[in-house]
Amino acid sequence: MSNLLEIHNLTKTYPGVVALDNFTMDVRQGECLALVGENGAGKSTLIKAIAGAIQPDSGRIIFEGKEYSALTPALSMEAGIGVIYQEFNLCPTLSIAENLFLGQKLSSGPFQNEALMNKRAQEILDRFKVEGLKAGMLVRNLSTAYRQLVEIAKTVSRNAKLVIMDEPTAPLTEREVAVLFRIIREMKANGTTVIYISHRLDELYQVADRVTVMRDGCYVTTKDIGEVTKDQLISYMVGRELNKNFAQRSTQTSEVLLETRELGGNGVKPFSLTLHRGEVLGLGGLVGAGRSEYAQLIFGARPKDCGQVYLNGKPVEINSPEDAVEHGIGMVPEDRKLHGAILRMSIQGNIVVSILKKISNRLGFVDAGKEREAAGNQIEALRIKTPSAAQLVGNLSGGNQQKVVLAKWLANNCQVLILDEPTRGVDVGAKQEIYNIINELAAQGKGIIIISSDMEEIIGITDRMLILYEGELKGRLERAEYTQEAILKIASGE
Amino acid sequence: MKKAIGIAKEYTIFFIIIILGIIFTLGNPSFLTWKNVVTILRQSCIMGILGMGEMALIIVGGLNLSMGSCVALSTVLLAVMTVNMGVPWGLALIITILVNVCIGFLTGVVINKTKIIPMIGTLAISNMISGIAYIICNGLPISGFPTQLRYFYQGTVGILPMPIIIAAVVVILMGVVFKFTYFGRRLFATGSNREAARLSGINADRIVVTAYTICGAMCGIAGLLMLGRMGSGAANVGTTLDMDVLAALVIGGVSMMGGEGKVTKAVCGIVLITMLTNGMTLNGINDYVQKVVTGGVFLLAVVLDSYQHGNFVLMRHLKPMNKEEKANA
Repeated sequence: MSNLLEIHNLTKTYPGVVALDNFTMDVRQGECLALVGENGAGKSTLIKAIAGAIQPDSGRIIFEGKEYSALTPALSMEAGIGVIYQEFNLCPTLSIAENLFLGQKLSSGPFQNEALMNKRAQEILDRFKVEGLKAGMLVRNLSTAYRQLVEIAKTVSRNAKLVIMDEPTAPLTEREVAVLFRIIREMKANGTTVIYISHRLDELYQVADRVTVMRDGCYVTTKDIGEVTKDQLISYMVGRELNKNFAQRSTQTSEVLLETRELGGNGVKPFSLTLHRGEVLGLGGLVGAGRSEYAQLIFGARPKDCGQVYLNGKPVEINSPEDAVEHGIGMVPEDRKLHGAILRMSIQGNIVVSILKKISNRLGFVDAGKEREAAGNQIEALRIKTPSAAQLVGNLSGGNQQKVVLAKWLANNCQVLILDEPTRGVDVGAKQEIYNIINELAAQGKGIIIISSDMEEIIGITDRMLILYEGELKGRLERAEYTQEAILKIASGE
Repeated sequence: MKKAIGIAKEYTIFFIIIILGIIFTLGNPSFLTWKNVVTILRQSCIMGILGMGEMALIIVGGLNLSMGSCVALSTVLLAVMTVNMGVPWGLALIITILVNVCIGFLTGVVINKTKIIPMIGTLAISNMISGIAYIICNGLPISGFPTQLRYFYQGTVGILPMPIIIAAVVVILMGVVFKFTYFGRRLFATGSNREAARLSGINADRIVVTAYTICGAMCGIAGLLMLGRMGSGAANVGTTLDMDVLAALVIGGVSMMGGEGKVTKAVCGIVLITMLTNGMTLNGINDYVQKVVTGGVFLLAVVLDSYQHGNFVLMRHLKPMNKEEKANA
């Protein structure tokens, strides 16, 4: 079999991260190749490079024998590459047919030949053999599964030779998954090549011919799916050298600080957790497993369905972040720029935003002296690098921005800190500094919950770990039980 | 030196006022007389008071286009209560302001709960309020109200006209609230990034509703001055107020993106808009041309505001992406 796509020595670096490291792989004509790897292994970067959404720093992409040093979205589409992202690119107010032929002209002249368009669209849809899918239906009335089919049909209408699917089964029910697999097999039968990305290893055995494993932006291996077991795949995915730079810490106490009892909602099935003073507790699992969602429940950022939070043994009512902050809980959200820092405000403004009332007098006037002092103390304590406290947070580096968000909670003397991906988009030096801060806080007797997709980090810094899979608690591990295999196994729902 | 340039840039509007003043005075020397300056300031008062309310709203990321209608309703309420119903003027004034506070509060609640776009929501509410004003007065202006009410616009204390004193008090009060109180800080934080503010423990909904309520109170006070200015309570006054106030604020550097604005500059914007009309009239430029000019100035200010915040579409394409944008793309 000949190769449809070859990738040679592709490298892409972002500030502080090597997303793709001299990556080489090939995809054969007419096969379904599965691409697996941990969170942050570089799968998304690879797809984006193939789709032309990003330009690699170096390396070559050869598609149908034609060599490209970099693709653009238009070039990639023209060459016959179609990508189905997790976020669909559809116009909800238009019909299926209009979406399929968006930007394409079916007839000459200024008028769209609607009858022809609908007919052609229906022909493509009929190939899927799915009942009730009509070309004239509005996309906004379709279920997620049908929208995905429209995305697939879109690639078919453009005669795509290679279709890349990023976690296509994540939003689907079991029956819908079966339909999707049938369609993938039919596409293969028609000569279309498929690159299939999924965290669900079981599925690969149903649909893939070969599987390529990536790790830390590097190519690990490619196997025929029949020759490799799930356990072997997991060991390929995790075979990473663990950094030993994490300081040993023994600050864990037996004094319970925070407890949740059967807390559920926001897409997470109820479970309980206990956080002790001086403890760093990890919430592990794959992206989208419900880790952030559970943290939002504890913090009151999203309404809960059931359960109760206890602080120091007493039940507390937390229905909004305002309540949580009042009880000394702070959260550093996953998206620093959108939800964490207020970029258009000064460092000082950001730090004191959680304690404004505390540093105001009875008339509501903010005490400027206390404000400066609070900000100054935190800037010094967290070693935030800035010429002045009046600097806009938007002008700081990622690491310093994250420190400002942390400082906001430390100024409020929070006892419980929830850190959602605290070192994402932060350079190596600042990462280490954040780890040091976490250790110091634990030593002060604070309780810290960390969510991280970085295996190395979560193994290195946490004392205990709860692992979630698709909105459900699947396992609890003590530090002594930590191995990469054990963690990934639970996180993959095994 | 760099600092001086920064300050000059920050207060460009101040220099524009001076330059415009010189041009208008050259065209007609009676522009720069004590009498005319006081006239301009007096004419700025109603916009100034409304502007402070609208400013609170724009900072927090809201907008109110029903202020003109509320002002009209206020004049009608005051006139009807004092003339037709014999309510003492003081009580009528208190009731009118309370009604406006309630309207502001309800507007805030509706906008917040339904998550509709403030511009559209308040436009609809504006029509309702205007309709109510017409119903109450039956479409006819009502005059003959107590002279005490007129005093608030026509009276003077020493050499200072009463409306200027009222507006000054309001402006100083709001300036203090914006800059020195924790409510003010929360207002800016919420407008700058509402979700981040919420996740910092700020009750963003409450802050926004409070801003609408303040805006309502301002409409009541402005209505009192408007009554004195027009000499009668009428449902058709203040139709252009919303646009004029908005233009003045944007010219005065209150960003439509929220989270940004200075009272001193906003006041300059308000004075500039009033002065523009006054100066053009003194220089014999006809009303229709004036409309084109003020509209153009408004448009220019909005474009500049958008440009400063990197949302200027054309510029965005011309400027190469920085590292961070690339990483996020």
